[in-house]
Amino acid sequence: MSSHHESSSAHPSLAARLEKEGEVSVADCYQCGKCTAGCPAAEEMDVAPSQVLRLLQTETPKHEDRALKSLSIWMCIGCETCVTRCPQEVDLPRAMDFLRQEALARNVANQDADDVVAFHKAFLNSVERAGRLFELGMVGEYKLRTGHFFKDMGIAPTMFFKGKLGLFPHGGANKREVADIFARARAVKKESKV
Amino acid sequence: MTDVRVGYYPGCSLQGSSRDFAESLHAVAKALSIDLVEIPEWNCCGASSGHMLDHLLSVALPVNVLLKAKKAGLPQVMAPCAACYNRLATASHEIATSPATKAQVESVLQTSIDKLPRVLNVIELLAQVSERIAPKVTKKFEQTVACYYGCLLVRPAKVTGFDRTEDPVEMDKLVAAVGGKTIDWNFKTECCGASFSISRSSVVGRLGARIMQDAVKRQAEAIVVACPMCHSNLDLRRGEINQQLEHKTDIPVLFITQVIGLALGLPKKKLGLGRHFVPVKFPPRPLAPPAVQ
Repeated sequence: MSSHHESSSAHPSLAARLEKEGEVSVADCYQCGKCTAGCPAAEEMDVAPSQVLRLLQTETPKHEDRALKSLSIWMCIGCETCVTRCPQEVDLPRAMDFLRQEALARNVANQDADDVVAFHKAFLNSVERAGRLFELGMVGEYKLRTGHFFKDMGIAPTMFFKGKLGLFPHGGANKREVADIFARARAVKKESKV
Repeated sequence: MTDVRVGYYPGCSLQGSSRDFAESLHAVAKALSIDLVEIPEWNCCGASSGHMLDHLLSVALPVNVLLKAKKAGLPQVMAPCAACYNRLATASHEIATSPATKAQVESVLQTSIDKLPRVLNVIELLAQVSERIAPKVTKKFEQTVACYYGCLLVRPAKVTGFDRTEDPVEMDKLVAAVGGKTIDWNFKTECCGASFSISRSSVVGRLGARIMQDAVKRQAEAIVVACPMCHSNLDLRRGEINQQLEHKTDIPVLFITQVIGLALGLPKKKLGLGRHFVPVKFPPRPLAPPAVQ
């Protein structure tokens, strides 16, 4: 599938893995920059979206490292604007997901994104515990992880009085079943890496 | 009028911070004889955090929901939250197009997967029964509004197959059906910052400010949405938005179901209109000039 990829098969490049695991062809990008032009988060990024793809195209560890350690992969909101406009239909949002997961697996995620990572982890932990998101519990865990204790304290009382802030987790999901899905997903991923 | 029966996936927001969306949806569904059959024991779809941190979970969680719907005999599932809708549709698309992902999800869910129920968003469902709406209007919704679609109702087209990607019109048609006027504007499908609402509310403020500014400049009296995150970010985060605007704005943000509910003459309380941060009120209309003798 990826005979044009430079790296040896023992250590496939991120581009080769993206093509195999994510079905994204990084090589298709010809650097027109349309993704960067339309990206609502580009101005928050250290490496422009099109440049992230360019770094991966080189298939060198140095450039791959730069992509994995970038703030950009955490500032991508997942709005799908880039892939919608890409003349080559390169699925950049999928590549961003892949890079985030790889950055966490290698423990190299950009520290300026700690709060963003903390939010996503708190969100998924809440779902793993209750089967559904418990918003207040998730925000509580996020605050513990980040130390942002006082942020948004201003809107919380109004949310409560408007009936938008539930104080207890929602029943109704099959908690056991959801916890099993999380556990088996971990096992399946571990197996596929062996 | 025969009942339209459709599987219903509320999603977590509609049980919490977007109860107003759920209330207005149920009220309007009842008035239009739509039977929303809640999927038993549904679980969270994983939302943005799911696909950002764990691709396999991001497909397995929604597919689990769709399998439950199928088991309950529901060939169609409507997800009012645009993010849920997108995750369900994306998961369905991946199962159909990626044999490798399908095999992994089958081993996570310990079942084989064949045809999954069709996934609909709330606009698609309302469009299916649009001919029922106009005859039931008791009080025309005579406002000029900006229909804001956001990201996940329309993108990516290969997944949603819904409306025109860059200039969608289906929500505009629903507003027109109840007597409203919609503006042409530039931010119909621009992103509001979605899940950055908590971790990077400054980004939400900046993106929301651009959206509000364009709508106000073009004389919109309200923004109409079909997504709990779009609503939270433009309503609940109005403080952050106004900090970035030279001219602060207090135009309200309504769910499409609230707009239709108002036109059907449903009580405001049943539509959850009291739950908004920015009060839902409209400037009084000038009286028609007296006829010249």
